Formats: sequence, structure tokens, C-alpha cells
Amino acid sequence: MATSSRSASTPGWPVSGAQSRPPAAQGAGGWTWALTAPLLVFLAIAFLGPVLLMLARAVSDAELPSAWPQTAQLLRDWDGNGPPDDRLAAALGTEILAARRAGTLNRVANRLNYDLVGSRSLVYATGDALERGASVRGFADLARIDRRWINPAVWTAMRHAAGPRTSFYLLASVDRRLDGDGRIVQVEREQAVFVDILLRTFLISAVVALLCALLGYPVAYLLATLPSRWANPLLILVLLPFWTSALVRTTAWVVLLQTHGVLNEALIGMGLIETPLALIYNRLGVYIAMTHVLLPFLVLPLYGVMKGISAAEMRAATSLGAGPLTVFLRIYLPQTLPGLLAGMIIVFTLALGYYITPALVGGGADQMVSGSIAFYTNQSLNWGMAAALSLLLLVPLTLMLFAGRYLTKSVPV
Amino acid sequence: MRGFFRLLALAGLLVATASCSRENDGRPLTVVGWGGSSQEAHRRAYWDSFTRTTGVRLQEDTWHGGVGVIRTRVVGGDTSWDVVQVETEDLILGCEEGLFEPLEWSSLGGREAFIPTAVHNCGVGAMLWSYLIGWDGDRIQGEGPRTWADFWDVRRFPGRRGMRRTPKYTLEFALMADGVPANQVYAVLRTPAGIDRAFRKLDELKPHIVWWSSISQVPDLLGSGEVAMSVTSPGRLIVANRTEGRNFRTSWDGNIYAVDYWVVLANSPHKAEAMQLLRYMTRPENQVRLPQFIPTGLTSRRANEIVDPRLKLDTPSDPRNMTNALELDANFWVEYGDQLTQRFNAWLAR
Repeated sequence: MATSSRSASTPGWPVSGAQSRPPAAQGAGGWTWALTAPLLVFLAIAFLGPVLLMLARAVSDAELPSAWPQTAQLLRDWDGNGPPDDRLAAALGTEILAARRAGTLNRVANRLNYDLVGSRSLVYATGDALERGASVRGFADLARIDRRWINPAVWTAMRHAAGPRTSFYLLASVDRRLDGDGRIVQVEREQAVFVDILLRTFLISAVVALLCALLGYPVAYLLATLPSRWANPLLILVLLPFWTSALVRTTAWVVLLQTHGVLNEALIGMGLIETPLALIYNRLGVYIAMTHVLLPFLVLPLYGVMKGISAAEMRAATSLGAGPLTVFLRIYLPQTLPGLLAGMIIVFTLALGYYITPALVGGGADQMVSGSIAFYTNQSLNWGMAAALSLLLLVPLTLMLFAGRYLTKSVPV
Repeated sequence: MRGFFRLLALAGLLVATASCSRENDGRPLTVVGWGGSSQEAHRRAYWDSFTRTTGVRLQEDTWHGGVGVIRTRVVGGDTSWDVVQVETEDLILGCEEGLFEPLEWSSLGGREAFIPTAVHNCGVGAMLWSYLIGWDGDRIQGEGPRTWADFWDVRRFPGRRGMRRTPKYTLEFALMADGVPANQVYAVLRTPAGIDRAFRKLDELKPHIVWWSSISQVPDLLGSGEVAMSVTSPGRLIVANRTEGRNFRTSWDGNIYAVDYWVVLANSPHKAEAMQLLRYMTRPENQVRLPQFIPTGLTSRRANEIVDPRLKLDTPSDPRNMTNALELDANFWVEYGDQLTQRFNAWLAR
């Protein structure tokens, strides 16, 4: 899903801008294609295919049609007005029993439950009753088996799940749903959460990218201008977080930042504050821990670009009468922008997929969308919802990557 | 040119074999646990001696739960796991989806040989554990909190509270704090008014709660004084008392208990040996060894009779610990989990 696409797209990023690409020799096009064909085929089979298959779950609805084919057909033909006719009810009764015996009842029971909580136990209870000998010739028989069948919402949910395509997951992932008349309405206030989580995910990632830029720019500059005798050991220090496990790094921040942690005790000891500051289990803690983890991804591309800038240009500008600020703003900064933008986009993209760090050092309002995707994938098996949320993460991200590419290219060098 | 295409074909073949090589089956029987002290306890109580006595080689892996992980493996044709320890919701969802092998109960000594909650078509109980109130006896002196109403009482017991960032357990505890008897908690939660009631009760405590996401955070949260008391499972606190000389204490009143299960994956190529391991781990004379290494309740009736009573003290197997205790209703959470998690996350962010 989103995670794997991210790691695959970052290494190919043109770190030093467009000028480094050699012009393709005439006539070599065929050879280039032939040589890269195995890799392209491999990527298509091992990466693109599974991602698309997973994302397709966001818009496809196969559970009910595959378990109850005849019912699905009748549901699609029905206009949804009034109680369902007896033919539909009878088909449903027959197919609930058949699916129960074939072991496929769980799929449709869980699918209906995603839309209307309680449907799962309704379907199972009806299946049990049918197995015990109850028969369904019409709607009245269903209602006798379980009063919940009278609820029009049950039939609306079934109509929406009749496939083969669905808008249910995508709407749910932006806190919307279809009502009985097919209009798009907001979900109840208590249940509305995903729009907030998505906006928060993008906000946190943007802030972390910005913080990394502010902290990383001077560091990269220092590394690029120091003699390599000093620069190399410092570079290792920058890389150190790479080799530490995310859990250990996060725990270290807990020790430093907690209420009775190192930092608070030191500040109180120096008499600077009287009550401990809330530095962790809130948004601040998330920003601190994530910026620390992601800083190397900004420093390295920027360092690479800065290394390539000749000091002679700055000296030339100075000799022509430019002050230090003018030299920086008009000569140095524009040349480093491709590296800076590339670094910020890498950090931003990686940050979008974070959820363990926010879970460990964040508070209630700091959880990110990958946490929800992991929940639906692993805990509840609601892969349609996981796919829809991934899509909402992937589409803006892809647009942003193209925008970033355009920006890096258009920077005058 | 022909040489080039031959090279291309070779490359394609390499790619193909590399992506299919997972089906090698020279591997030993693989058992998957929860890692950490729990995994170590199982290794010392069962796995080492299993290989010694039966000659069947074992290899271990760890995971963090979530039946989706298993579904991904089965759908993707990965057959590298055989025996896995799962939570109840994973057991229910995985079993109805056919991810787990139905067990032959007669070969395990029959269903009656186990406590009722440990028996399921696809799984046999591995251990019995609880979530309850824990605190640091060096920080809260004298009479500590006893009930969930005490946990909510920030005037009598000042300080923050640690709770697990999931609606599961949290909503049940809130209702018990609001005076709902344990045996009616899920009946109340199955009504819209009951859910509202649980969230209203949580509103009272919300400003004082520190949410944890991994049980391994709890000893640190309590030990550093970040929270005055926390929802916890007792195992880690008791281990810390033994090994680090801490003074952590627990109250069992109103605890929520549940069983973790052993399952055999339906695509396991080692089903016979997997069943052999299950038989070994559930035999009473073997099961009594487990609580020597980790405080846990036992699932075999006979094991509960013959186990050293001192080893029951900090476990759900001691009847004195089970006042007002509530058995986790996994069916409730399979049905309501998505909706309540969504509502819980929205509530957290407000």
C-alpha cells in the first residue's frame, strides 16, 4: 500500500536536479528499454500489481454477490421502496442457509456489519434459525425469525452492498455515507473522524518537513564547508539515528521529556521553571521525536547538492561588491533549492506513513492515518476501508510528488 | 543478439525463482508467540523440553497479533508459520474465514478437560490473563485504589491515569466505574444509551488520562511517576517486583480476563507435528510448569488442581482474585469494534 510505494519512489528522486541527466544518445532507446525490461516486468508483477489489486478493494464489493448471487441480483433490481417482496426474502432465506453450510456466511455478515453495526449477529442468528428448520417463504417469515429484519436500514445496507462496485468505503473514509434515498450525507458527529485524521496527518508531516529544513540546512552547510577530516565524523553522527531502532530512539525521548524526566528536572533544578512542562504525550512530543528520526533524510540530499557548489562563485560575487546576505540569497540559496526541496519532499513523504512514533509519544489528538489503515488491515479485516484510506493518502501524495518534480526542475540553476 | 536474449531469459528466470523460493519446506516446525517475557516463559516451560523428549525440531518467530497478518500470509501463499498464539477476536475471525485448522478435540483429551472459555473449534486455550489496576506502592502509601470508582476518584488519589488507547477494556471499565455490575456491562454496551453513558463517564477522567499503546510502557509510566495508577496486566509488574525490587501493587476487583489460544494454520505443511506440540503444551503435567516463569492462569482443569497454590496468587486462576471479574466478550468486539474504535478516536481528538 502507501508504505511500499513510498520507499520505491524515493530512491529514484533526482537529488541534484535535472541538469545531471545526460542526454540520451540517438538510437540507444531500444537497447535501454530492453535492458530495463526485466526490472520493469518485475516491478509490475511484484509491486504495481499487488498495490492496484489492494486499492481496487476500495471500490469493489464482492462479498455479498459471491455469497448470495441470486439475492444480489434481486437487490440490484429492486427500487428500495417499501418492504422487500417475498421473492427477495425467500431467495435471501435460501442463500443464507446455503452460505452457512458452505462456510461463506462470515464474509457477507462482516461486510453488512461495516455499514450497519449489528448486522453480523442478525445474519448469524437467522442462519442458526434456518439450520434448526425454520423456513422462509416471504418477508413475514424473516420478521418472525428476527424482528430486526423489519428495520429498513438493514435492507438499505444490503442494497448498498449488492455490488459489483461500491462508493461505501470511499464515502466512509471522508465521513460520508449514502442514505436510504441514495443521497450523500454526513455521518453522525460522534463517528466523524477520518477527515480530521487525514488533515492532521498532512499537517504533522508538513510541520516536520519544515522543522527538518530549519534544523538541517545549517547542519548540511557546516558539513559541506568543513574539511573532510572534520566533516566525515560529523556525517557519521548525522547517520547514527539510522542505525538505532525506532523503539529505542522513541524510548530515549520518553526518558528525556517526561514529567519527571531529565529535561524537566534540569530546568526545575536551575530554577527556570517551577512546574514541569508538558513535553510529551502531546503534539510537541510527536514533532520532536519525528523531526529527530527524519532529519538525516533532509541533511543527506542537501549535503550532496552543497558539496557541488563552487566557493569561487561566492568569492566572485563578493569581489563584485555583493554583501554576505546578497551572496547567500542570490547565489547560494537558489543553487541549494533543488536539494532542499528534494529533502523536504522525502521527509514529508516518509512522515505521512508514520504511526508507531505518534502512538508512543503522542496524545489522543495526534494519531495519524496509517494507524487507522493498520487497524483495518490487521485487527478488523476490513480491507475495503484500509484500501480507501490508503487511496486518500496516495492520491494527494502522488500529486505532490509531481508538483515537487516540477518545482525542482523549474528552479533556475 | 542471441546471447543478449539468453541473458534476458536467465534474468527473468532468476526473478521468477527468487519470488517463489518461499515454498521451501526443509524448515522445522515453527511456533509463533508474542515475544518478550511471554515467549521466554513458553520456551522454558514447553519448547526446549518438547524437542528433547520428542526429537521434533522447533523454530520460533514472534508477532504482535492481528488476524490480518495471518490472512495476508495465507492469501499470499506464505506457509512459513505452523502454530500461532492468537487473541480471541483473531480466533473468531480467522476460524470463520478458514485460516485455522479445526482441532481434533479427542486427541487433546476432550473438551471437558479444559475450562469452558479455553475451548473453541479452531483453538485451545494457551493462557489466561487479566487487565486490572496497577500502581506503585512507594508513591501511593497505605490503602490503595480498589475498584474502578477509586480509579476515577482523582480527589482521593491525585495524579494522572494510564489507560490503553483502545475502546476495548476502556469502555467496560468506565461502565463499571459508573456502577454497572460486571455481569451487565456488555448488555448495557449493546445499547446506544449504554455507549453514550460509557463515553460520558470517560469525559470525567479524560483530562487526567495518559494513553499508552504498548503494555511494555506501563512499568515505566508507573515507575517514573508519570501516572499515579494504570490499567495493566499484572505479569510485568510482578516480574519487576521480583527482579528490580520494585513495590508495584495491583487490585483485582473488576478485572477483565480473557484467554489466548493456540491455533494451527490451515496452510501449515507440518500439521501432524503441530498437533503433537499442542498436545504437549496442554497436558496438565506440562502446563503446571508455565506459571513458574510468568504469572498466568492455566486452561487445563487438571493442571489447576495440581499446580502449586502459591503460583496461583497473582493469576486469574485464584478464585479470590475474581470478585466482580468480567470475561472479555470477544463477539461484542468483533461486531462493534470498527464503530467504537472510530467513535473512540473521534472522542480522543475532541
